[in-house]
Amino acid sequence: MQVTMTVNDVEVTREIEARLLLVHFLRDVLGLTGTHWGCDTSNCGTCVVWLDGEPVKSCTVLAAMAGGHQVRTVEGLAKGAQLDPVQEGFMQCHGLQCGFCTPGMMMTARALLDRNPDPSETEIREAISGQICRCTGYATIVRSVRWAAVAEAEAAARVAETTESSEAGEIADAGQTAGAVA
Amino acid sequence: MTTVHERADTFHDNDQKPVGYGRMLRKEDPRFLRGRGRYVDDVQLPGMLHLAILRAPVAHARIVSIDTSAAEASPGVRAVVTGAMLAQQGLAWMPTLSNDVQAVLATDKVRFQGQEVAFVVADDRYAARDALELIDVEYDALDPVIDARRALAPDAPLIRDDLEGKTNNHCFDWETGDEAATEAVFARADVVVSQDLVYPRVHPAPMETCGAVADFDAVDGKLRLWSTTQAPHAHRTLYAIVAGIPEHKIQVIAPDIGGGFGNKVPIYPGYVCAIVASIVTGKPVKWMEDRSENLISTGFARDYIMRGEIAATRDGRILGIRTNVLADHGAFNGTAAPVKYPAGFFGVFTGSYDIEAAYCRMTAVYTNKAPGGVAYACSFRITEAVYLVERIVDCLADELGMDPAELRLKNFIQPEQFPYTTKTGWVYDSGNYEPTMRLAMDMAGYAELRREQEEKRARGELMGIGIAFFTEAVGAGPRKNMDILGLGMADGCELRVHPTGKAVVRLSVQSQGQGHETTFAQIVAEEIGIPPADIEVLHGDTDNTPFGLGTYGSRSTPVSGAAAALVARKVRDKARIIASGMLEVSVADLEWEKGAFHVKGDPGTSVTIQDIAMRAHGAGDLPEGIEGGLEAQICYNPSNLTYPHGAYICVVDIDPGTAQVKVRRFIAVDDCGTRINPMIIEGQVHGGLTDGVGMALMEMIAFDEDGNCLGASLMDYLIPTSLEVPDWETGFTVTPSPHHPIGAKGVGESATVGSPPAIVNAVVDALKPFGVRHADMPLTPSRVWDAMRGQARPPI
Repeated sequence: MQVTMTVNDVEVTREIEARLLLVHFLRDVLGLTGTHWGCDTSNCGTCVVWLDGEPVKSCTVLAAMAGGHQVRTVEGLAKGAQLDPVQEGFMQCHGLQCGFCTPGMMMTARALLDRNPDPSETEIREAISGQICRCTGYATIVRSVRWAAVAEAEAAARVAETTESSEAGEIADAGQTAGAVA
Repeated sequence: MTTVHERADTFHDNDQKPVGYGRMLRKEDPRFLRGRGRYVDDVQLPGMLHLAILRAPVAHARIVSIDTSAAEASPGVRAVVTGAMLAQQGLAWMPTLSNDVQAVLATDKVRFQGQEVAFVVADDRYAARDALELIDVEYDALDPVIDARRALAPDAPLIRDDLEGKTNNHCFDWETGDEAATEAVFARADVVVSQDLVYPRVHPAPMETCGAVADFDAVDGKLRLWSTTQAPHAHRTLYAIVAGIPEHKIQVIAPDIGGGFGNKVPIYPGYVCAIVASIVTGKPVKWMEDRSENLISTGFARDYIMRGEIAATRDGRILGIRTNVLADHGAFNGTAAPVKYPAGFFGVFTGSYDIEAAYCRMTAVYTNKAPGGVAYACSFRITEAVYLVERIVDCLADELGMDPAELRLKNFIQPEQFPYTTKTGWVYDSGNYEPTMRLAMDMAGYAELRREQEEKRARGELMGIGIAFFTEAVGAGPRKNMDILGLGMADGCELRVHPTGKAVVRLSVQSQGQGHETTFAQIVAEEIGIPPADIEVLHGDTDNTPFGLGTYGSRSTPVSGAAAALVARKVRDKARIIASGMLEVSVADLEWEKGAFHVKGDPGTSVTIQDIAMRAHGAGDLPEGIEGGLEAQICYNPSNLTYPHGAYICVVDIDPGTAQVKVRRFIAVDDCGTRINPMIIEGQVHGGLTDGVGMALMEMIAFDEDGNCLGASLMDYLIPTSLEVPDWETGFTVTPSPHHPIGAKGVGESATVGSPPAIVNAVVDALKPFGVRHADMPLTPSRVWDAMRGQARPPI
């Protein structure tokens, strides 16, 4: 059968077997090997991707079911050379070791922060509780997600400040009093 | 000399110290963060075929017939291979790492559920799996041996009838220590405590399962094998021996590995099948097992049934420790340990205590279960040894009415006794236990916790405090007595400095997540002053790295870390001679400051390591007798193991209504000598502590009486998630190893070794009001519930 879906903002159409799992479609057909295959029973979460913005376990979704939908994988997390704050947080806080669970963890973390920009430790632990990491013991993953939350809050504050100060500058300019600021 | 630190140095940056040791972000992370890691299953070669394995549905049965005709006719199938076909090529059996043999594909009978019976090679993985369903195997069922206690019964069915002259299921006997001396101290002791303990069968279950891509080029006779291996060089040699392919025509590549924990040390039948399939079909062939296959057929861990006995004076002086062990090795002895150590390093069961005598007698048996035994970050069975001693010391404390911390402090080997030879012959290199223990107690607020517990007990609440203190023996090992199938456990290392002063270091060990690309760059940087960012670390490819035994048993830093430091010093020695020519002074007049040599008393007259590298490759003359280039290679043979230690304190709360155990706090103070990258060390500790929670509370590979594996998926084999573990509290002390070039000791498995007894001790402590003195792992709610009702029972 033929399936068409949008993966990381690119529309793809492929001829597939109806039984093909989304995880194998992404990995073997599209060559997007950042999404991993770990258990087949929806327990480990190394295969988590987004389907229309929702984290799903792609080992229990048929590729055909993703037809007509938006899929995002770890390869679509960074904006070009610019890492997503979640990726940066995992690096800063040693949120990964072998790296196998990391793509799935980061996709879940990004989805969490999109809904809840300031999650507590408990909320983070609950969000990633459907995924297993054998290396880190989770504490550094929790710190990584908090790092991203704080970084995004600070970035937002800086944007607000810049906007505010430029507005203030305009007012000052209007008042003809800004000459000595340099 | 020990230094004590109240809190792990995780967030202390090394900004002031950009070269060498300290917290440094990992060089390997960028590729993983972008989904650009390259694991075995990511390898895609043109024309690649897929292999799937048919496995035994029963634990013990004779194979009557195998009909593969329907499978061969299945769409997309290129080959179907059985054990009989392998036997024609002499490939049906292969050696294990313990000098036993194991069937690649069963020929005569199957000996455990999940054993390899046949394989299919097809165009894609779905077609291969389809064809498995069409293979018709007729079995003649045999009674299985599941309970190790019954394995040596006279009427027990014989499992290993493939071994000539074998008449029973005996695998080996082993003993250590002095039986008579131990008997004597037990005879005169005021107090003797005895306790039966089971360390159940568990599984490392790395997130990436095992697999391989084999690519045999018939024209030049070269085999390239990408595989999930923790020991690529040792595997290459064994493939040369098993498959008869000349060793120089085999390239084993361990690319990024998704966790190992010892699961990826052995050679599995699947790897051999992939090689055979590539030779047969003339195409690259991929085999990737699924999770169930990983859990039912690959290297398990533990499975020790132990009796621990401890003798002491009334005032709490430990005199002797004695143990009797029944070891379940499964259907084949696939233990991955140095061959002269059939019980691994279990001989360190005397722990951290200065005692008068010790003795262990062990019997190992075959059963109809998967082979393995040494895995899951166990440091070659030190998990079992530390569990034994730390549990019975707690039993003794209970018997004496002594605080378990006080009893341990009273019996520690004292700092001036190091190097300390234990009663079972292990030479502990260095240690200073009391400061480590005191730090853990301070961090925990031990006295306050005991007060809180007393108050809670008065209210009927169940709170427990558990302590474990461990000494590990890691970094195998001195080649005079440690080898794997005759391969000495020394490690090679090669360092090249390029003309522009950048470097490449080639390791014989490789990473399954431990961060070698960072740590080893830091080790070399510390020695030759080239920034870690300018040092490329190559590993995991036998064609491009020197020979060595691989990454397991926490041996990378103790063995290869030493090799990296020494090879860098060798390069620095050569650089000094070249610098003396450049500065026109004698070698003795030069002083090394990190990254440069300067003339003594004249720091302004200096040459950097980068200047020297260019001169070494340049056109000008070099000092007499010095060859061009700036590189060196060594093979490091450790003089001893390293002996890290640690003090762990666990606080649990148990819900009296559901018997659910919650680990509220866990304090871990580790001493692994010199610390190279504290961030990575803390990560290793966190991971091991989580394993400990798994083993103590959740994980067990159980079997029913017919030998059906009851832990065959992650729905049945429970691994801790983020909700079962607390935020770890870590601290450290530093007692350098006196014989290691940089004073470092291994740390990768310390927490897996030390945490299970701390957790079990805490649970038993919580259950004291019920008169519980011991309860075996895994302490699931139902098992804790039974213990609360005086019905604690062993899990097997």
